[in-house]
Amino acid sequence: MQKAIRKYGAIFVLPTLVAFMIAFVIPFIMGLYLSFCEFTTVTDATFTGLSNYIKAFSGKDFINAMLFTVKFAVVAVVFINLLAFFMALLLTRKMKGTNLFRTVFFMPNLIGGIVLGYIWQSMINAILVQYETTLVADANAGFWGLVILINWQMIGYMMIIYIAGLQNVSTDLLEAARIDGANTIKTLLFVKIPMVMPSITICLFLTVSNCFKLFDQNLALTAGAPSKKTAMLALDIYNSFYNRVGFEGVGQAKAVIFFVIVAVIALTQLTITRRKEVEQ
Amino acid sequence: MSKKIVNSIIFTFMCLMVIVFLTPIYFIVLNSFKGKLFISDAPFAIPTSETFAMLTNYVNGVTKTGFFSAFLWSLFITVFSVVAIILFTSMIAYYITRVKSKVTSLIYYMFVFSMIVPFQMVMFTMSKLADMLKLNTPWGMVLLYLGFGAGLSVFMFSGFIKSIPLEIEEASMIDGCNPLQTFFGIVMPILKPTVVTVAILNAMWVWNDYLLPYLVIGVATNYKTIPVAVQYLIGSYGEKDMGAMMALLVLAIIPIVIFYLACQKFIIEGVVAGAVKG
Repeated sequence: MQKAIRKYGAIFVLPTLVAFMIAFVIPFIMGLYLSFCEFTTVTDATFTGLSNYIKAFSGKDFINAMLFTVKFAVVAVVFINLLAFFMALLLTRKMKGTNLFRTVFFMPNLIGGIVLGYIWQSMINAILVQYETTLVADANAGFWGLVILINWQMIGYMMIIYIAGLQNVSTDLLEAARIDGANTIKTLLFVKIPMVMPSITICLFLTVSNCFKLFDQNLALTAGAPSKKTAMLALDIYNSFYNRVGFEGVGQAKAVIFFVIVAVIALTQLTITRRKEVEQ
Repeated sequence: MSKKIVNSIIFTFMCLMVIVFLTPIYFIVLNSFKGKLFISDAPFAIPTSETFAMLTNYVNGVTKTGFFSAFLWSLFITVFSVVAIILFTSMIAYYITRVKSKVTSLIYYMFVFSMIVPFQMVMFTMSKLADMLKLNTPWGMVLLYLGFGAGLSVFMFSGFIKSIPLEIEEASMIDGCNPLQTFFGIVMPILKPTVVTVAILNAMWVWNDYLLPYLVIGVATNYKTIPVAVQYLIGSYGEKDMGAMMALLVLAIIPIVIFYLACQKFIIEGVVAGAVKG
Protein backbone atom coordinates (compact mmCIF):
# COMPACT_ATOMS: atom_id res chain seq x y z
CA MET A 1 0.00 0.00 0.00
CA GLN A 2 2.92 2.33 0.76
CA LYS A 3 3.98 2.07 -2.87
CA ALA A 4 0.59 3.18 -4.14
CA ILE A 5 0.49 6.16 -1.77
CA ARG A 6 4.04 7.12 -2.72
CA LYS A 7 2.97 7.55 -6.35
CA TYR A 8 0.60 10.29 -5.24
CA GLY A 9 3.19 11.78 -2.89
CA ALA A 10 3.41 15.15 -4.60
CA ILE A 11 -0.33 15.80 -4.32
CA PHE A 12 -0.44 14.79 -0.67
CA VAL A 13 2.70 16.56 0.46
CA LEU A 14 3.51 19.58 -1.68
CA PRO A 15 0.78 22.16 -0.86
CA THR A 16 1.45 22.16 2.88
CA LEU A 17 5.18 21.66 2.53
CA VAL A 18 5.63 24.63 0.18
CA ALA A 19 3.57 26.89 2.44
CA PHE A 20 5.44 25.60 5.47
CA MET A 21 8.79 26.35 3.83
CA ILE A 22 7.77 29.91 2.94
CA ALA A 23 6.03 30.71 6.21
CA PHE A 24 8.27 28.92 8.65
CA VAL A 25 11.41 27.00 7.64
CA ILE A 26 13.12 29.62 5.47
CA PRO A 27 12.24 32.58 7.77
CA PHE A 28 13.42 30.57 10.78
CA ILE A 29 16.83 29.76 9.28
CA MET A 30 17.21 33.32 7.95
CA GLY A 31 16.27 34.68 11.36
CA LEU A 32 18.82 32.53 13.10
CA TYR A 33 21.54 33.68 10.68
CA LEU A 34 20.49 37.34 10.75
CA SER A 35 20.72 37.48 14.53
CA PHE A 36 24.50 37.48 13.98
CA CYS A 37 24.33 40.22 11.33
CA GLU A 38 23.72 43.90 10.97
CA PHE A 39 20.96 44.71 8.47
CA THR A 40 17.99 46.93 7.75
CA THR A 41 16.24 44.88 5.07
CA VAL A 42 17.12 41.23 4.83
CA THR A 43 19.30 41.57 1.73
CA ASP A 44 21.99 43.93 3.04
CA ALA A 45 23.28 41.80 5.92
CA THR A 46 26.88 41.91 7.09
CA PHE A 47 28.15 39.39 9.61
CA THR A 48 28.96 40.93 13.00
CA GLY A 49 29.23 37.93 15.31
CA LEU A 50 27.75 38.21 18.76
CA SER A 51 27.49 42.00 18.84
CA ASN A 52 23.67 41.94 18.55
CA TYR A 53 23.39 39.69 21.57
CA ILE A 54 25.74 41.92 23.56
CA LYS A 55 23.71 44.99 22.55
CA ALA A 56 20.46 43.25 23.52
CA PHE A 57 21.71 42.76 27.06
CA SER A 58 23.56 46.04 27.42
CA GLY A 59 20.41 48.13 26.85
CA LYS A 60 18.03 48.50 29.80
CA ASP A 61 14.85 47.78 27.83
CA PHE A 62 15.28 44.06 27.26
CA ILE A 63 16.23 43.25 30.85
CA ASN A 64 13.33 45.37 32.12
CA ALA A 65 10.94 43.65 29.75
CA MET A 66 12.18 40.27 30.91
CA LEU A 67 11.74 41.12 34.59
CA PHE A 68 8.31 42.58 33.93
CA THR A 69 7.28 39.48 31.97
CA VAL A 70 8.44 37.10 34.70
CA LYS A 71 6.71 39.13 37.40
CA PHE A 72 3.54 39.31 35.36
CA ALA A 73 3.61 35.62 34.49
CA VAL A 74 4.07 34.50 38.10
CA VAL A 75 1.26 36.69 39.48
CA ALA A 76 -1.11 35.94 36.59
CA VAL A 77 -0.52 32.17 36.62
CA VAL A 78 -1.18 31.92 40.37
CA PHE A 79 -4.38 33.96 40.20
CA ILE A 80 -5.77 32.33 37.07
CA ASN A 81 -5.23 28.78 38.30
CA LEU A 82 -6.48 29.32 41.85
CA LEU A 83 -9.64 31.07 40.68
CA ALA A 84 -10.26 28.65 37.82
CA PHE A 85 -9.82 25.61 40.07
CA PHE A 86 -12.05 27.09 42.76
CA MET A 87 -14.79 27.85 40.26
CA ALA A 88 -14.44 24.39 38.71
CA LEU A 89 -14.96 22.84 42.17
CA LEU A 90 -18.13 24.86 42.66
CA LEU A 91 -19.43 24.01 39.21
CA THR A 92 -19.04 20.23 39.60
CA ARG A 93 -21.69 20.07 42.33
CA LYS A 94 -24.55 19.24 39.95
CA MET A 95 -26.26 22.53 40.58
CA LYS A 96 -28.82 24.24 38.39
CA GLY A 97 -27.50 26.91 36.04
CA THR A 98 -24.12 25.21 35.65
CA ASN A 99 -24.28 25.29 31.86
CA LEU A 100 -25.15 28.96 31.74
CA PHE A 101 -22.26 29.81 34.06
CA ARG A 102 -19.83 27.80 31.95
CA THR A 103 -21.02 29.54 28.79
CA VAL A 104 -20.52 33.02 30.25
CA PHE A 105 -17.14 32.35 31.87
CA PHE A 106 -15.69 30.81 28.73
CA MET A 107 -16.81 33.53 26.32
CA PRO A 108 -13.98 36.08 26.85
CA ASN A 109 -11.54 33.47 25.61
CA LEU A 110 -12.91 33.83 22.10
CA ILE A 111 -12.41 37.59 21.86
CA GLY A 112 -9.14 38.53 20.22
CA GLY A 113 -6.34 40.23 22.15
CA ILE A 114 -6.56 43.60 20.40
CA VAL A 115 -10.32 44.03 20.92
CA LEU A 116 -10.05 42.68 24.46
CA GLY A 117 -7.23 45.08 25.27
CA TYR A 118 -9.18 48.12 24.13
CA ILE A 119 -12.36 47.07 25.96
CA TRP A 120 -10.39 46.96 29.19
CA GLN A 121 -8.37 50.06 28.39
CA SER A 122 -11.53 52.13 28.02
CA MET A 123 -13.09 50.71 31.17
CA ILE A 124 -9.99 50.96 33.39
CA ASN A 125 -9.34 54.50 32.21
CA ALA A 126 -12.94 55.44 32.96
CA ILE A 127 -12.39 54.27 36.54
CA LEU A 128 -8.89 55.76 36.90
CA VAL A 129 -10.13 59.15 35.73
CA GLN A 130 -11.98 59.46 39.04
CA TYR A 131 -8.59 59.27 40.76
CA GLU A 132 -7.03 61.68 38.27
CA THR A 133 -4.69 59.24 36.61
CA THR A 134 -4.70 56.97 33.50
CA LEU A 135 -3.05 53.80 32.24
CA VAL A 136 -0.60 55.94 30.31
CA ALA A 137 0.62 57.61 33.50
CA ASP A 138 0.69 54.84 36.05
CA ALA A 139 2.84 51.72 35.52
CA ASN A 140 1.32 49.99 38.53
CA ALA A 141 -2.16 50.38 37.11
CA GLY A 142 -0.84 48.99 33.84
CA PHE A 143 0.54 45.90 35.56
CA TRP A 144 -2.62 45.11 37.50
CA GLY A 145 -4.73 46.02 34.49
CA LEU A 146 -2.90 43.36 32.50
CA VAL A 147 -3.31 40.83 35.31
CA ILE A 148 -7.06 41.46 35.55
CA LEU A 149 -7.44 41.34 31.77
CA ILE A 150 -5.61 38.03 31.40
CA ASN A 151 -7.63 36.59 34.28
CA TRP A 152 -10.83 37.62 32.56
CA GLN A 153 -9.67 36.00 29.35
CA MET A 154 -8.22 32.73 30.66
CA ILE A 155 -10.14 31.76 33.80
CA GLY A 156 -13.03 30.27 31.83
CA TYR A 157 -10.71 28.27 29.59
CA MET A 158 -8.71 26.79 32.49
CA MET A 159 -11.93 26.21 34.43
CA ILE A 160 -13.27 24.01 31.63
CA ILE A 161 -10.09 21.88 31.68
CA TYR A 162 -10.30 21.55 35.46
CA ILE A 163 -13.98 20.59 35.24
CA ALA A 164 -13.13 17.85 32.75
CA GLY A 165 -10.45 16.59 35.14
CA LEU A 166 -12.70 16.69 38.19
CA GLN A 167 -15.50 14.85 36.41
CA ASN A 168 -13.08 11.99 35.70
CA VAL A 169 -12.44 11.38 39.40
CA SER A 170 -14.32 8.15 40.03
CA THR A 171 -17.30 8.31 42.37
CA ASP A 172 -16.16 5.05 44.02
CA LEU A 173 -13.03 6.80 45.21
CA LEU A 174 -14.98 9.73 46.63
CA GLU A 175 -17.43 7.34 48.26
CA ALA A 176 -14.58 5.39 49.85
CA ALA A 177 -13.04 8.60 51.19
CA ARG A 178 -16.39 9.60 52.67
CA ILE A 179 -16.86 6.24 54.39
CA ASP A 180 -13.33 6.47 55.81
CA GLY A 181 -14.44 9.71 57.44
CA ALA A 182 -12.69 12.29 55.26
CA ASN A 183 -14.28 15.72 55.38
CA THR A 184 -14.63 18.06 52.41
CA ILE A 185 -11.19 19.63 52.83
CA LYS A 186 -9.41 16.30 53.29
CA THR A 187 -11.19 14.85 50.25
CA LEU A 188 -10.05 17.84 48.24
CA LEU A 189 -6.42 17.69 49.38
CA PHE A 190 -5.84 13.94 49.38
CA VAL A 191 -8.22 12.64 46.70
CA LYS A 192 -9.32 15.27 44.24
CA ILE A 193 -6.09 17.26 43.80
CA PRO A 194 -3.83 14.20 43.32
CA MET A 195 -6.34 12.79 40.83
CA VAL A 196 -6.45 15.94 38.70
CA MET A 197 -2.67 16.46 38.61
CA PRO A 198 -2.60 15.93 34.80
CA SER A 199 -5.10 18.79 34.35
CA ILE A 200 -3.07 20.97 36.71
CA THR A 201 0.10 20.36 34.68
CA ILE A 202 -1.68 21.21 31.44
CA CYS A 203 -3.20 24.39 32.85
CA LEU A 204 0.02 25.57 34.46
CA PHE A 205 1.95 25.26 31.23
CA LEU A 206 -0.80 26.73 29.07
CA THR A 207 -0.98 29.78 31.33
CA VAL A 208 2.80 30.13 31.66
CA SER A 209 3.45 29.95 27.93
CA ASN A 210 0.49 32.19 27.05
CA CYS A 211 1.59 34.79 29.59
CA PHE A 212 5.15 34.72 28.29
CA LYS A 213 4.06 35.14 24.69
CA LEU A 214 1.45 37.82 25.39
CA PHE A 215 1.57 40.55 22.77
CA ASP A 216 -1.79 41.84 21.44
CA GLN A 217 -3.25 42.53 24.88
CA ASN A 218 -0.07 44.31 25.95
CA LEU A 219 -0.02 46.44 22.81
CA ALA A 220 -3.68 47.41 23.12
CA LEU A 221 -3.87 47.99 26.87
CA THR A 222 -0.72 50.02 27.58
CA ALA A 223 1.62 49.73 24.56
CA GLY A 224 4.40 49.81 27.15
CA ALA A 225 3.44 53.19 28.62
CA PRO A 226 4.66 54.91 30.72
CA SER A 227 8.14 54.99 29.13
CA LYS A 228 8.30 51.24 28.33
CA LYS A 229 7.78 50.26 31.96
CA THR A 230 4.93 47.89 31.06
CA ALA A 231 6.43 46.45 27.87
CA MET A 232 6.67 42.67 27.87
CA LEU A 233 9.25 40.63 25.93
CA ALA A 234 7.23 40.23 22.73
CA LEU A 235 6.43 43.95 22.63
CA ASP A 236 10.06 44.88 23.28
CA ILE A 237 11.15 42.68 20.37
CA TYR A 238 8.53 44.29 18.16
CA ASN A 239 9.74 47.77 19.17
CA SER A 240 13.37 46.95 18.36
CA PHE A 241 12.35 45.72 14.90
CA TYR A 242 9.92 48.39 13.86
CA ASN A 243 10.31 51.47 16.05
CA ARG A 244 14.09 51.88 16.14
CA VAL A 245 16.10 52.26 12.95
CA GLY A 246 19.31 50.23 12.91
CA PHE A 247 18.16 47.84 15.63
CA GLU A 248 16.72 45.10 13.40
CA GLY A 249 19.66 42.82 14.19
CA VAL A 250 19.29 43.42 17.90
CA GLY A 251 15.57 42.68 17.58
CA GLN A 252 16.34 39.39 15.87
CA ALA A 253 18.87 38.47 18.57
CA LYS A 254 16.25 39.21 21.23
CA ALA A 255 13.79 37.06 19.28
CA VAL A 256 16.23 34.13 19.33
CA ILE A 257 16.65 34.47 23.11
CA PHE A 258 12.86 34.68 23.44
CA PHE A 259 12.52 31.51 21.36
CA VAL A 260 15.01 29.68 23.61
CA ILE A 261 13.06 30.69 26.75
CA VAL A 262 9.73 29.57 25.29
CA ALA A 263 11.27 26.33 23.99
CA VAL A 264 12.72 25.50 27.41
CA ILE A 265 9.29 25.98 29.00
CA ALA A 266 7.68 23.73 26.37
CA LEU A 267 10.33 21.02 26.69
CA THR A 268 10.03 21.01 30.48
CA GLN A 269 6.31 20.45 30.09
CA LEU A 270 6.91 17.61 27.65
CA THR A 271 9.32 15.80 29.98
CA ILE A 272 7.01 16.20 32.96
CA THR A 273 3.94 14.90 31.10
CA ARG A 274 5.94 12.04 29.58
CA ARG A 275 7.20 10.97 33.01
CA LYS A 276 3.65 11.05 34.38
CA GLU A 277 2.39 8.88 31.54
CA VAL A 278 5.00 6.25 32.30
CA GLU A 279 4.03 6.14 35.95
CA GLN A 280 0.37 5.53 35.25
CA MET B 1 -25.35 23.40 56.99
CA SER B 2 -27.69 21.54 54.73
CA LYS B 3 -26.77 20.99 51.13
CA LYS B 4 -29.60 23.24 50.00
CA ILE B 5 -28.27 26.30 51.83
CA VAL B 6 -24.71 25.71 50.60
CA ASN B 7 -25.95 25.38 47.05
CA SER B 8 -27.92 28.59 47.20
CA ILE B 9 -24.89 30.45 48.59
CA ILE B 10 -22.80 29.10 45.72
CA PHE B 11 -25.52 29.97 43.24
CA THR B 12 -25.59 33.58 44.46
CA PHE B 13 -21.79 33.75 44.31
CA MET B 14 -21.79 32.44 40.74
CA CYS B 15 -24.43 34.98 39.73
CA LEU B 16 -22.18 37.72 41.12
CA MET B 17 -19.27 36.32 39.11
CA VAL B 18 -21.44 36.37 35.98
CA ILE B 19 -22.12 40.06 36.60
CA VAL B 20 -18.38 40.70 37.07
CA PHE B 21 -17.58 38.83 33.86
CA LEU B 22 -20.19 40.69 31.85
CA THR B 23 -19.34 44.17 33.18
CA PRO B 24 -16.80 45.03 30.44
CA ILE B 25 -19.29 44.04 27.74
CA TYR B 26 -22.07 45.99 29.46
CA PHE B 27 -19.71 48.97 29.71
CA ILE B 28 -18.90 49.21 26.01
CA VAL B 29 -22.46 48.55 24.88
CA LEU B 30 -23.76 51.24 27.22
CA ASN B 31 -21.25 53.86 26.20
CA SER B 32 -21.53 53.13 22.51
CA PHE B 33 -24.94 54.82 22.68
CA LYS B 34 -23.71 57.98 24.40
CA GLY B 35 -22.51 61.17 22.77
CA LYS B 36 -18.72 61.12 22.62
CA LEU B 37 -18.37 64.13 24.91
CA PHE B 38 -20.46 62.57 27.68
CA ILE B 39 -18.64 59.26 28.04
CA SER B 40 -15.97 60.43 30.48
CA ASP B 41 -18.46 62.27 32.76
CA ALA B 42 -20.32 59.31 34.22
CA PRO B 43 -18.98 56.21 32.49
CA PHE B 44 -21.23 53.68 34.19
CA ALA B 45 -24.49 55.62 33.97
CA ILE B 46 -27.27 54.61 31.61
CA PRO B 47 -27.65 57.10 28.74
CA THR B 48 -30.20 59.84 29.47
CA SER B 49 -32.16 61.81 26.93
CA GLU B 50 -29.38 64.39 26.99
CA THR B 51 -26.48 61.98 26.49
CA PHE B 52 -28.21 59.45 24.22
CA ALA B 53 -26.63 59.52 20.79
CA MET B 54 -28.77 57.08 18.80
CA LEU B 55 -26.54 55.36 16.26
CA THR B 56 -24.18 58.27 15.58
CA ASN B 57 -21.22 56.43 17.07
CA TYR B 58 -21.94 53.37 15.00
CA VAL B 59 -22.11 55.39 11.82
CA ASN B 60 -18.82 57.11 12.70
CA GLY B 61 -17.09 53.88 13.69
CA VAL B 62 -18.17 52.10 10.54
CA THR B 63 -17.27 54.86 8.11
CA LYS B 64 -13.92 55.79 9.69
CA THR B 65 -12.59 52.24 9.51
CA GLY B 66 -14.50 50.70 6.65
CA PHE B 67 -15.80 48.15 9.12
CA PHE B 68 -17.91 46.16 6.68
CA SER B 69 -15.04 45.71 4.29
CA ALA B 70 -12.84 44.65 7.22
CA PHE B 71 -15.51 42.18 8.28
CA LEU B 72 -15.67 40.69 4.80
CA TRP B 73 -11.88 40.38 4.50
CA SER B 74 -11.67 38.81 7.94
CA LEU B 75 -14.34 36.34 6.89
CA PHE B 76 -12.67 35.65 3.55
CA ILE B 77 -9.23 35.02 5.03
CA THR B 78 -10.58 32.94 7.92
CA VAL B 79 -12.82 30.72 5.79
CA PHE B 80 -10.28 30.01 3.06
CA SER B 81 -7.40 29.54 5.52
CA VAL B 82 -9.38 27.05 7.58
CA VAL B 83 -10.51 25.14 4.49
CA ALA B 84 -6.94 25.04 3.14
CA ILE B 85 -5.52 23.97 6.50
CA ILE B 86 -8.02 21.14 6.91
CA LEU B 87 -7.70 19.87 3.36
CA PHE B 88 -3.93 20.05 2.93
CA THR B 89 -2.62 19.33 6.42
CA SER B 90 -4.77 16.22 6.74
CA MET B 91 -3.35 15.03 3.41
CA ILE B 92 0.27 15.53 4.41
CA ALA B 93 -0.43 14.04 7.84
CA TYR B 94 -1.88 10.95 6.12
CA TYR B 95 1.17 10.65 3.88
CA ILE B 96 3.78 10.99 6.61
CA THR B 97 1.95 8.57 8.89
CA ARG B 98 1.41 5.88 6.26
CA VAL B 99 4.69 6.15 4.34
CA LYS B 100 7.52 5.41 6.72
CA SER B 101 10.91 6.79 5.76
CA LYS B 102 13.62 9.05 7.10
CA VAL B 103 12.31 11.96 5.07
CA THR B 104 8.74 11.69 6.35
CA SER B 105 9.82 11.46 9.96
CA LEU B 106 12.10 14.47 9.45
CA ILE B 107 9.13 16.42 8.07
CA TYR B 108 7.00 15.31 11.01
CA TYR B 109 9.56 16.50 13.54
CA MET B 110 9.90 19.81 11.74
CA PHE B 111 6.16 20.35 12.15
CA VAL B 112 6.30 19.45 15.83
CA PHE B 113 9.29 21.76 16.27
CA SER B 114 7.42 24.66 14.66
CA MET B 115 4.76 24.47 17.38
CA ILE B 116 7.14 25.68 20.07
CA VAL B 117 8.61 28.56 18.06
CA PRO B 118 7.04 31.91 18.99
CA PHE B 119 5.88 34.13 16.14
CA GLN B 120 8.36 36.89 17.04
CA MET B 121 11.21 34.60 16.00
CA VAL B 122 10.13 34.57 12.36
CA MET B 123 7.96 37.67 12.03
CA PHE B 124 10.55 40.00 10.52
CA THR B 125 12.07 37.59 8.02
CA MET B 126 8.68 36.10 7.15
CA SER B 127 7.10 39.45 6.35
CA LYS B 128 10.09 40.47 4.21
CA LEU B 129 9.99 37.16 2.36
CA ALA B 130 6.23 37.51 1.87
CA ASP B 131 6.81 40.96 0.39
CA MET B 132 9.42 39.66 -2.03
CA LEU B 133 7.13 36.83 -3.15
CA LYS B 134 4.19 39.27 -3.57
CA LEU B 135 2.16 37.45 -0.94
CA ASN B 136 0.77 40.69 0.52
CA THR B 137 -2.76 39.90 -0.66
CA PRO B 138 -5.64 38.01 0.97
CA TRP B 139 -4.75 34.87 -1.01
CA GLY B 140 -1.16 35.23 0.09
CA MET B 141 -2.40 35.39 3.67
CA VAL B 142 -4.18 32.09 3.16
CA LEU B 143 -0.90 30.51 2.07
CA LEU B 144 0.96 31.94 5.07
CA TYR B 145 -1.71 30.76 7.50
CA LEU B 146 -1.53 27.30 5.94
CA GLY B 147 2.22 27.28 6.50
CA PHE B 148 2.25 28.69 9.98
CA GLY B 149 -0.79 26.76 11.18
CA ALA B 150 0.48 23.47 9.77
CA GLY B 151 2.41 22.43 12.89
CA LEU B 152 -0.46 21.94 15.31
CA SER B 153 -2.87 20.67 12.64
CA VAL B 154 -0.49 18.03 11.24
CA PHE B 155 0.34 16.96 14.78
CA MET B 156 -3.32 16.48 15.66
CA PHE B 157 -4.26 14.75 12.41
CA SER B 158 -1.34 12.30 12.50
CA GLY B 159 -2.13 11.44 16.12
CA PHE B 160 -5.61 10.38 15.03
CA ILE B 161 -4.61 8.69 11.77
CA LYS B 162 -2.19 6.41 13.66
CA SER B 163 -5.20 4.92 15.48
CA ILE B 164 -7.12 4.06 12.29
CA PRO B 165 -6.64 0.36 11.43
CA LEU B 166 -4.83 -0.20 8.13
CA GLU B 167 -7.21 -2.99 7.04
CA ILE B 168 -9.97 -0.54 6.11
CA GLU B 169 -7.71 1.31 3.70
CA GLU B 170 -6.21 -1.90 2.30
CA ALA B 171 -9.72 -3.19 1.56
CA SER B 172 -10.62 -0.06 -0.36
CA MET B 173 -7.35 -0.19 -2.33
CA ILE B 174 -7.98 -3.82 -3.23
CA ASP B 175 -11.44 -2.81 -4.40
CA GLY B 176 -9.70 -0.54 -6.89
CA CYS B 177 -9.65 2.87 -5.24
CA ASN B 178 -6.53 4.95 -5.77
CA PRO B 179 -4.94 6.58 -2.70
CA LEU B 180 -6.79 9.88 -3.27
CA GLN B 181 -10.17 8.14 -3.44
CA THR B 182 -9.28 6.09 -0.38
CA PHE B 183 -8.25 9.20 1.53
CA PHE B 184 -11.31 11.29 0.72
CA GLY B 185 -13.82 8.43 0.67
CA ILE B 186 -12.66 6.39 3.66
CA VAL B 187 -10.16 8.21 5.85
CA MET B 188 -11.59 11.73 5.80
CA PRO B 189 -15.04 10.69 7.13
CA ILE B 190 -13.34 8.85 10.02
CA LEU B 191 -11.29 11.96 10.78
CA LYS B 192 -14.39 14.09 11.29
CA PRO B 193 -14.04 14.74 15.06
CA THR B 194 -10.46 15.92 14.57
CA VAL B 195 -11.55 18.04 11.60
CA VAL B 196 -14.00 19.90 13.87
CA THR B 197 -11.33 20.48 16.52
CA VAL B 198 -8.71 21.65 14.03
CA ALA B 199 -11.25 23.90 12.28
CA ILE B 200 -12.30 25.62 15.50
CA LEU B 201 -8.80 26.13 16.85
CA ASN B 202 -7.59 27.60 13.57
CA ALA B 203 -10.70 29.70 12.98
CA MET B 204 -10.29 31.34 16.40
CA TRP B 205 -6.62 31.99 15.77
CA VAL B 206 -6.96 33.39 12.25
CA TRP B 207 -10.01 35.53 13.00
CA ASN B 208 -8.37 37.21 16.00
CA ASP B 209 -4.81 37.38 14.69
CA TYR B 210 -3.41 40.88 14.50
CA LEU B 211 0.33 40.82 13.80
CA LEU B 212 0.47 38.65 10.71
CA PRO B 213 -2.04 40.63 8.62
CA TYR B 214 -0.67 43.90 9.99
CA LEU B 215 2.91 43.08 9.03
CA VAL B 216 2.18 41.43 5.70
CA ILE B 217 -0.73 43.47 4.35
CA GLY B 218 -0.40 46.62 6.45
CA VAL B 219 -2.88 49.44 6.98
CA ALA B 220 -2.42 51.31 3.72
CA THR B 221 -4.57 48.91 1.70
CA ASN B 222 -8.23 48.01 1.47
CA TYR B 223 -7.55 44.54 2.81
CA LYS B 224 -7.62 45.45 6.53
CA THR B 225 -9.02 42.73 8.79
CA ILE B 226 -11.07 43.55 11.91
CA PRO B 227 -8.19 43.53 14.43
CA VAL B 228 -6.07 45.66 12.08
CA ALA B 229 -8.96 48.10 11.56
CA VAL B 230 -9.58 48.35 15.32
CA GLN B 231 -5.92 49.04 16.03
CA TYR B 232 -5.86 51.51 13.13
CA LEU B 233 -8.74 53.57 14.50
CA ILE B 234 -7.89 53.41 18.19
CA GLY B 235 -4.16 52.88 18.41
CA SER B 236 -2.87 55.52 16.05
CA TYR B 237 -5.16 58.56 16.24
CA GLY B 238 -3.95 61.46 18.34
CA GLU B 239 -7.36 62.67 19.43
CA LYS B 240 -9.69 59.79 20.12
CA ASP B 241 -13.34 59.60 19.24
CA MET B 242 -14.41 57.60 22.28
CA GLY B 243 -17.90 57.05 20.92
CA ALA B 244 -16.76 55.57 17.63
CA MET B 245 -14.26 53.44 19.52
CA MET B 246 -16.96 51.92 21.75
CA ALA B 247 -19.23 51.27 18.79
CA LEU B 248 -16.41 49.60 16.88
CA LEU B 249 -15.57 47.33 19.82
CA VAL B 250 -19.22 46.29 20.09
CA LEU B 251 -19.35 45.56 16.36
CA ALA B 252 -16.11 43.57 16.58
CA ILE B 253 -17.43 41.18 19.23
CA ILE B 254 -20.93 40.65 17.77
CA PRO B 255 -19.80 38.09 15.14
CA ILE B 256 -17.81 36.18 17.77
CA VAL B 257 -20.72 36.05 20.22
CA ILE B 258 -23.11 34.83 17.52
CA PHE B 259 -20.66 32.18 16.36
CA TYR B 260 -20.06 31.11 19.97
CA LEU B 261 -23.73 30.80 20.86
CA ALA B 262 -24.41 28.87 17.66
CA CYS B 263 -21.68 26.24 18.06
CA GLN B 264 -20.87 26.45 21.74
CA LYS B 265 -20.65 22.73 22.32
CA PHE B 266 -18.14 22.15 19.51
CA ILE B 267 -16.08 25.16 20.50
CA ILE B 268 -15.65 24.16 24.14
CA GLU B 269 -14.93 20.53 23.24
CA GLY B 270 -12.55 21.52 20.46
CA VAL B 271 -10.59 23.92 22.61
CA VAL B 272 -10.26 21.40 25.42
CA ALA B 273 -9.17 18.65 23.02
CA GLY B 274 -6.63 21.03 21.50
CA ALA B 275 -5.25 21.94 24.92
CA VAL B 276 -4.92 18.37 26.04
CA LYS B 277 -3.25 17.13 22.87
CA GLY B 278 -1.21 20.19 22.03
